Amino acid sequence: MDHPVPHLERRFDVELVAATKRYGGVVAVDRVSLRIPRASYCCLLGPSGCGKTSTLRMIAGHETVSDGDILIHDENVTDLAPAERGTAMMFQSYALFPHLSCLDNVAFSLKARGVPKAQRHAKAMEYLALVHMDRLSHRMPAELSGGQQQRVALARALITEPRVLLLDEPLSALDPFLRTRVREELKRLQRELGITFIHVTHSQDEAMALADLMVVMDEGRIRQAAAPREVFERPADSFVAKFIGGHNVLNGPDGLIAVRADRCRLGAPGDQPHIAGRIAAVEYLGTTVRLALTVGDGEGASILLPDELFFANPVQMGEEAVMVWREQDSHPLDLPAAAE
Amino acid sequence: MSASAEPATAAARPAGMAAPARRKRRFRLAPRAISWLQVGPLAFILITFFALPTATFLVVSFWDYDRVGIYPDFMLDNYVELLTTPATYRVYLSSLKFAFIVWGVTLFLGFNIAHFLVFHVRSSAVRTALFLACAIPFWTSGIIRTIAWIPFLGRNGAFNQTLMGAGLIEAPLDFLLFSPFAVIVTYIHLFTLLMIGPIANSLSKIDPALLEAARDAGASRWRTMVDIVIPLSKTGIALGSILVFTQVMGDFFVVKAMSGGQSASIVSALATEIQAMQYPPASASAMILVVFVALMVAGMMRVVDVRKELVR
Repeated sequence: MDHPVPHLERRFDVELVAATKRYGGVVAVDRVSLRIPRASYCCLLGPSGCGKTSTLRMIAGHETVSDGDILIHDENVTDLAPAERGTAMMFQSYALFPHLSCLDNVAFSLKARGVPKAQRHAKAMEYLALVHMDRLSHRMPAELSGGQQQRVALARALITEPRVLLLDEPLSALDPFLRTRVREELKRLQRELGITFIHVTHSQDEAMALADLMVVMDEGRIRQAAAPREVFERPADSFVAKFIGGHNVLNGPDGLIAVRADRCRLGAPGDQPHIAGRIAAVEYLGTTVRLALTVGDGEGASILLPDELFFANPVQMGEEAVMVWREQDSHPLDLPAAAE
Repeated sequence: MSASAEPATAAARPAGMAAPARRKRRFRLAPRAISWLQVGPLAFILITFFALPTATFLVVSFWDYDRVGIYPDFMLDNYVELLTTPATYRVYLSSLKFAFIVWGVTLFLGFNIAHFLVFHVRSSAVRTALFLACAIPFWTSGIIRTIAWIPFLGRNGAFNQTLMGAGLIEAPLDFLLFSPFAVIVTYIHLFTLLMIGPIANSLSKIDPALLEAARDAGASRWRTMVDIVIPLSKTGIALGSILVFTQVMGDFFVVKAMSGGQSASIVSALATEIQAMQYPPASASAMILVVFVALMVAGMMRVVDVRKELVR
């Protein structure tokens, strides 16, 4: 395993083999196995405490692996130091050195390798230009906006020419407008560089927008790892369906089912599947209107109606209503017990 | 601001309740008066116990004196005499030598202890316990802690006895006590905490993610220390250095008790003059010492902006 198999095309950039992280008696990451194909954008998604950050830090080498193995480019890196793995990490708070200028921040890893000053500054300028920060190279981090700091942090990570870039909630500190723009840029950069990005986030929108491979985690385990469309259309279990949102998890005749909220309508009970309830809230969202329903035993469901459909036949809060959907839109969920 | 809020509150209350509210309002001081009251106590202490005595020294340092009294005058003789006596330079040199040795050793010890406490001790209970272990000796007087070294370092003291008992030496070591060595040991013991405190304070403000970022970039421990940790703790280092330096320069008791008369300190020379009731020359030496230490501190402040640390 330690040596690349000769004459065989590498298929995966990163492989986790039953990687486990224990803190004392607490298992933060529980035998996680994952293969990330070459040059892909992988998002680790989950609620806080699900083990996504610990997984990322194990890949980075900032957290020791309690059990299992981590392979990068077919090389077992489980016991290597962070700088020997070919990974670079972009930290959540960016972790820019506050006493160094942008240029020196970006050049730091070259300095650590003993690259002469002129040479490392020239290369740092190249990378600052890549993130459009070359004009502010002399500034100190405190003199930059959050978005600018993030660009510098990105340049600092990329200058090591990593095989895998690790991003710990890179967008969480940005305002919503900037977030969308930076999101686009990250994706563009990943395509241009042709390396694997592993991006930790708790935002499903972010993961959906960016990921080639979306990994939904909970309680230290992977619940589902697939392309975003696959995850959205066929959530593996009720946790995934609820967490990625846009789904109603309901009791069907043969166990739990998930139905996309945008495929549900108001209607009358007939042959088609339906559930009766009361409208708990009406939220106008612009292109759509979200109706929150209280159904059955206090459970909630929601309907996303295109705005024109809603205003053609508006309903009020508190009214009785019946939610209907087509049989082919209901997706059976494995029972949680069967999933494990 | 509060004036506009008041009528609304009063209106909401029953009529009988309005009276105390109005009476309360009469006691409200103008914002300017409140500011003066807040500044007052510290200003009082600084003026009475610092500014006035210093001003008195300054005035008296120009006065004339003889064996029976001191006389208002304006003459520079006290300063001229002080600055032309070789003994003055000798004690300044000797104090500076102590100050630099002690500064170097306490910096080394203080930085390492602070680094250990902040970055290596993981449990905060253990860290608090260790900090207390450093601080508790300071609850006793410096004089007691100074004298406590005498039975340890003395000719028949615990240290010599132990070495002889272990067969390492034949005769007791004489240089241990009543020597410059003893003075330095005592200073280090007394003042290392003054380094640990500010440096630990600086170090604890360093985001641990910075150290990880340095490691991620492939920096060795040494490079991280030199390029990240030390620059980010330099305000603490400067603050600690100022504290240690001013303590050593202003010391009187340790040199007197531990040097066995082999060394003189600036203040001991001054104390001799005070005992002889020669207040004008004593004032002049005090002024020179104040100016000298102030210049040294100003020099350190030029290197590092300590105020940044204090307000952070």
